[in-house]
Amino acid sequence: MSEAPPDKPEPGAGERPAKGASPPRGAETGPEFERPIRDLEGQLAELQELAGGTQLDISSEVAALRARLEAAIETTYSELSPWDRVIVARHPERPVAGDYVNAILDDFIELHGDRSYGDDRAILTGLARIDDERFMLIGHRKGRTTKERLACNFGCAHPEGYRKALHKMRLAEKLGLPIVTLINTPGAYPGIGAEERGQALAIAENILAMFGLRVPILVIVIGEGGSGGALGIGIGDRVLMMEYAYYSVISPEGCAAILWKDGERTPDAAASLRLTSADLERLELVDGVIPEPRGGAHRDREGAMQTVRATILSELAGLRRLETDELLRLRREKFRHAGAIDGRFPTCP
Amino acid sequence: MSAERIQGGSKGVQLDSAASEETRDSQGRTPESIREESVSAPEDKPEEREDAAGEAGGAEEGKRRRLRWRKKELPGGLWLKCEACAATIYRKELEGKGMVCPSCGFHFTLPGAERIRMVLDEGTWEEFYADLASLDRLEFTDKISYAEKLQRTVERTGQNEALLCGTGEIENRPVVLAVLDFKFLGGSMGEVVGEKIALACELARKRHRPLVIFTSSGGARMHEGMLSLMQMAKTCAALRSLNEAGGFSICVLTNPTTGGVTASFATVCDLTLAEPGALIGFAGPRVIATTLKQELPAGFQRAEFLLEKGHLDAIVERADLRDTLARLIDYGRAAWSAE
Ligand SMILES: [Zn+2]
Repeated sequence: MSEAPPDKPEPGAGERPAKGASPPRGAETGPEFERPIRDLEGQLAELQELAGGTQLDISSEVAALRARLEAAIETTYSELSPWDRVIVARHPERPVAGDYVNAILDDFIELHGDRSYGDDRAILTGLARIDDERFMLIGHRKGRTTKERLACNFGCAHPEGYRKALHKMRLAEKLGLPIVTLINTPGAYPGIGAEERGQALAIAENILAMFGLRVPILVIVIGEGGSGGALGIGIGDRVLMMEYAYYSVISPEGCAAILWKDGERTPDAAASLRLTSADLERLELVDGVIPEPRGGAHRDREGAMQTVRATILSELAGLRRLETDELLRLRREKFRHAGAIDGRFPTCP
Repeated sequence: MSAERIQGGSKGVQLDSAASEETRDSQGRTPESIREESVSAPEDKPEEREDAAGEAGGAEEGKRRRLRWRKKELPGGLWLKCEACAATIYRKELEGKGMVCPSCGFHFTLPGAERIRMVLDEGTWEEFYADLASLDRLEFTDKISYAEKLQRTVERTGQNEALLCGTGEIENRPVVLAVLDFKFLGGSMGEVVGEKIALACELARKRHRPLVIFTSSGGARMHEGMLSLMQMAKTCAALRSLNEAGGFSICVLTNPTTGGVTASFATVCDLTLAEPGALIGFAGPRVIATTLKQELPAGFQRAEFLLEKGHLDAIVERADLRDTLARLIDYGRAAWSAE
């Protein structure tokens, strides 16, 4: 019944660091804007290695270098552009759904299949528990190793993925379990099979159905909030974003190609789209932002995931206090008037 | 309007109309606009229905005559090229057939005002919320600002937004009608389009009328960022409330309908109809072809393909639409008695 958590790396596959660890020191890969940070990390590691074989006391040098490193992280991350934030949201070391399963759940039983076509690996569903709080976990699955990423289509779900999510959400409703969805997708999969099996319809049916599910729904955008593919599991009583997640109607690359007809303008598109957590909180399109460790979730994976764990517990406790009819009314009202300026639109005569 | 002005405007539609990435190629053109390059985007302003008086045939006249088409409203050259069969068609002949290709039956995209004129009984249209206009809330600027783009589009089309909504009658059956107009920024869904769909649902609920929606849209309007994506949720929230109150809804998908509109209200009404040959999908064919690096099967994402795959209740020819809608509405009366 229970199986190995899906995003767990295969033995020997990849250079994944231990749970919660920083990226490998001196890593050459990573965002360009993190280069100063990586350089300092490399210097620090070298210094420590060098000192390891001698009797020299270099503690003051190490402390100084560490301070410079902290300052560099602080500076870099206080000046991130919207496009930089998209890159952080896509960082290969950023925790994905399977990492959360490993790190913060006290029990997890993965459930498969949409009962009509197949089992889309791009959507992870299962019964989950943290402490005494039991819930249905629904998430986009990106995978971590190359093989996993391919099997999950990099988190791009097919219609059967959305239908699998709906099937499990209906089970949660029957069992009286709240639903937690973790959004992390570049978008729904664009392909022949996806169209044949009704990609648009599957997303629309989920949106419509989620307005009627009589259990609390907590939505957390943990990485990429890619358009309709995100919204297909994105209707909830509380919609939260992690600090460096993004949520957008279109990818910055797609937007730049269409409106500027120039891929070089992707950073401009990212800025124009107002896709950052701060922008979306200001526009009242998300209910809250979950702060991340300084330097992003990839720098302190365990810290970031523990914050999410605590958030899930406190949010579900809060939602449990609402009477079900009131919960559904508020959920519907929130999206019915999403982001609207007070008094801008008329009421129906 | 001069021919030059019209051409400029039509270019604006082709290149600048917002649509989700799914419906665009790398040049930012919709599949529709690429194929329609020889066809000017309709530029007509919505006019009073009374203008069409005298063109409607009597009840005994054939179906084709029900297509009350106003010839002078379609600018452009004398000859048009059919995007489906590439036949060159004399414009007057095409107009006489309600913009349906005489050689292959392809249904050209109709301007919103023409759709309303064609579907409703004469003199019954009453427009609601026509004054709702979009705001450039994100201060979105690409080559020009969204605010300026909106202003130009409003001037060119003579309407404030891409959705026309109101009440009217179809063969004496009262309905709430909502029509997406492709000529207004590609029928893209921003805050106002979403709001008007939601208001149309609420109007249908309050007045106990069936809701009839016609779509033609490239998807979400990216100049409104996440505000536009959230319209998918907003319209479904309102549709759900209509459903729970016992409402009856019919959506007719017309060429082209893609992106965020297909992934929200348009595909989850009680009945989903389509016009023949209409391109309907989530991702646009060019995006899919580019992603997969392969040719797409013939007829992919056309209405007939969707019918075969089980996503449509029926394909209805334009000439039969009024009659079919009227008959369908009669079946919805058990839930609600008409006013
Ligand atoms: Zn033809």
